[in-house]
Amino acid sequence: MIKSVNELATRQDAARARFYGDQISIGVGVGTCGLANGSREVLDAIRDEVTKRGLKASARGTGCVGFCQAEPMVDVLVPGLPRVFYHKVSVQRARDLVKGLVEREFHPEWALMRLDHDELLAETDRPLNASLNGLAKVPTADQMPFYKGQLKIALRNCGFIDPGNVDEYLASGGYAALAKALTSMAPDQIIDWVEKSGLRGRGGGGFPTGRKWRSCRKAHGYPKYVLCNGDEGDPGAFMDRSVMEGNPHAVLEGMAIGALAIGSDQGYIYVRLEYPLAVENLAVAIRQAEAEGLLGENILGTGFNFTVRISRGAGAFVCGESTALMASIEGFSGEPRAKHIHTAEKGLFGKPTNLNNVETWANVPVIINKGWEWFAGIGSPGSKGTKVFSIVGKVKNTGLAEVPMGMTLRQIIYDIGGGVDDDRKFKAVQTGGPSGGCLPESELDLPVDFDRLVDAGSMMGSGGMIVMDERTCMVEIARYFTDFLRKESCGKCTACREGCQRMYELLEKITNGAGTTEDVDLLQEVCEYVRDNSICGLGKSAPNPTLSTLRHFRHEYAAHVVDHKCPAGVCPALTTFIIDKEKCIACGRCRKICPVECIAGEKKVPHVIDEARCIRCGSCREICPVDAVVTA
Amino acid sequence: MALVKTTIDGHEIQVERDRWALEVAAEMGIAIPTLCHHPALEPYGACRLCVVEVTRGKWTWLTTACDLPIREGLSIRTDTEPVLKARRTALELLWAEAPDAVEIQQLAREMGVLKPRFAQRVKEGRCILCGLCVRVCRDLIGRSALCFSHRGTDRRIGPAFNAATDACIGCMACAAVCPTDAIRVVDEGSVRHMETFHTDLDLAACEVCGKPSVPVKLVEFIRSKLPEDIPVSSLCPKCRRSKTAGTLTDVTLLAAQLGYVAETAAGKGK
Repeated sequence: MIKSVNELATRQDAARARFYGDQISIGVGVGTCGLANGSREVLDAIRDEVTKRGLKASARGTGCVGFCQAEPMVDVLVPGLPRVFYHKVSVQRARDLVKGLVEREFHPEWALMRLDHDELLAETDRPLNASLNGLAKVPTADQMPFYKGQLKIALRNCGFIDPGNVDEYLASGGYAALAKALTSMAPDQIIDWVEKSGLRGRGGGGFPTGRKWRSCRKAHGYPKYVLCNGDEGDPGAFMDRSVMEGNPHAVLEGMAIGALAIGSDQGYIYVRLEYPLAVENLAVAIRQAEAEGLLGENILGTGFNFTVRISRGAGAFVCGESTALMASIEGFSGEPRAKHIHTAEKGLFGKPTNLNNVETWANVPVIINKGWEWFAGIGSPGSKGTKVFSIVGKVKNTGLAEVPMGMTLRQIIYDIGGGVDDDRKFKAVQTGGPSGGCLPESELDLPVDFDRLVDAGSMMGSGGMIVMDERTCMVEIARYFTDFLRKESCGKCTACREGCQRMYELLEKITNGAGTTEDVDLLQEVCEYVRDNSICGLGKSAPNPTLSTLRHFRHEYAAHVVDHKCPAGVCPALTTFIIDKEKCIACGRCRKICPVECIAGEKKVPHVIDEARCIRCGSCREICPVDAVVTA
Repeated sequence: MALVKTTIDGHEIQVERDRWALEVAAEMGIAIPTLCHHPALEPYGACRLCVVEVTRGKWTWLTTACDLPIREGLSIRTDTEPVLKARRTALELLWAEAPDAVEIQQLAREMGVLKPRFAQRVKEGRCILCGLCVRVCRDLIGRSALCFSHRGTDRRIGPAFNAATDACIGCMACAAVCPTDAIRVVDEGSVRHMETFHTDLDLAACEVCGKPSVPVKLVEFIRSKLPEDIPVSSLCPKCRRSKTAGTLTDVTLLAAQLGYVAETAAGKGK
């Protein structure tokens, strides 16, 4: 148990010495993305090989380092050498890597990148030995397009530390911010710093965090609650998952600082049911922090108490809404209520409550450690700091990227994302999840910032960024997201329950080929009704995918209802695929992949699709090496 | 409670801060249509019929009046075109959701909606999911026999697991508050069938005439709420009226004896 702030410093130094000492350290990414790619077996194989060969090394599981398509990722830190990341490591390659370590063969040909300085670990400043041992040809993180523009604040430590060992968090300087806040800052000063830093809610609302803390501090009532929203319901969003799995103590430390500032001694982390690993890693972190006196009663011997409990969701997107989340923690069905009386005044159990998103909490310790001016020096005038984006869809580099606010969509998609997959034409980027909007090519130079995105008809949301190419039908995208939202609507208010259902029916009618221009007009009207009459954020933003595509891609709706064609070749009822005889090289790949065997052809004879039997799945178009499959 | 200034439809008024706008408007003689509101229950804000336009500073937005707390400087309009359009759309959607609810159709026609532009999404039904039955049973009666289950357009009201419930005492408060007459109760012989909620209750026989009339559970429930020395009897409505009339006659006689009213033939006769 760490009984004082001085003892904390000593423990941090000891941990640092141990983890950056004379032992080889091997980390295997066992976040959900890694596990899905078989990294558990890789970690087991490495441990087995290390034991068999008597190598002086520790092999631990770490979180996700962000480049999800490169999993399983293994990082190796040999004393005196740069940290090297190996990607797509199979069990066999893992064993060969360990063998290589014994023989001082570092297999640069299997490496993704190296770090000469551990700058991705924001809290440490450990320089690595410049002697490279053949690793000179491995690109540095700075030379990797995916990592070059990134600045890790919320995602610090993810993929570098073992979340199941509090000492690794301490080695990275963990809990120093809490110690600083406890011993040298008054609560009002902490709130002052958070306000001046310009931190805004990272869950999607973008509400100024300091202002929220201040109104909760001013509210009357005991106890006061500090909550973490770990519901992360947006399909395609996994930034919060990455933090909860890979660096759970950052959330705990942030919440403790918030509790100190607001005058709270109790907290809950609400985690969606579908994140069992996040729940497990948070639970372990809480247990270890309490055992060390970093959480619970009499934290660091200062007399400050703060207890955190985990509350699990049960599969409802609406429980990410603040009042529904609180109802759920109370044991009721997740149903929002009107928020004329703010939850900062009357929230959980009718008491003053401060709810923030996982990513927001993860930023707090860094603001306290490095100062509000440092944080306010990053980002754009209205949106300070960084934002984690999940770059997915038709893009070359997929994963989590944390960049300063104000970077443009073009820079994120083309520099970090590497551009559109297969070098196809960019069509749109969907930002903000199902409650966000689609932005066309003309908006690519938009700086990513809370207010600018809203002005353009979208929103930051959780930070999801889905890249779409010419083979994406924007009407189908609107239908897809509306389907998700109408199924997740809690059903309390007429506007959202009935309105989203009717929006869906109209979109389905249009994509099925039976839509009319009157349907498109009615759709616009229903969208505006739902936006203006719903109780909560789910309903208010549910029309966004439809309204933004109606705004930026109206021609596509017109093609569906007037020309009865789907220009992208997606909606089966409005698509006909034909093979361009001039382009076809008769390679036969389409014929082999067709699930209904409706393509006829032989060597040197241009292939032909039997339109009557074609189910418009598009597989032939995907596989054709010369783009000979086109829409009629 | 502090007094604040607010304007509703151009009329300025001073009221206690945080009073509900719907009720303040009603007191001013401004009627706002509602479905899920009941003066004896906390506002719920589900039906969206009572929407009004609110302006505060440079912001104007639509919101429900039933759960809008009056604050300083709010300007409310109940009659603008955006408000009326929103109410019409709400009624259209409710009509298509509860095709047998004649009250909805009537309200809709009064507002100029002749038929909804949406197809009926169910074959039949009257429930508009306003929640009044759930809320009265939970908050006024205290039995919580009804709840919401599922979500979205699958949302429905009923006892837990849609099965017969012991929590129901057959008081019919749910049927009394339902704005669309969606709750069916049939008394047959000595059983009360809460048909909509799959629950049957035994009716106690009237102490005077023997006719089954009040659920046994309801009598027991009332007994449990009152001090032991207060008698609770199960009487059918007819015999209860007779008994009450008898009590009133006694009171009139007493009042006459004391000189408060003139003695009448009715009072003397009994």
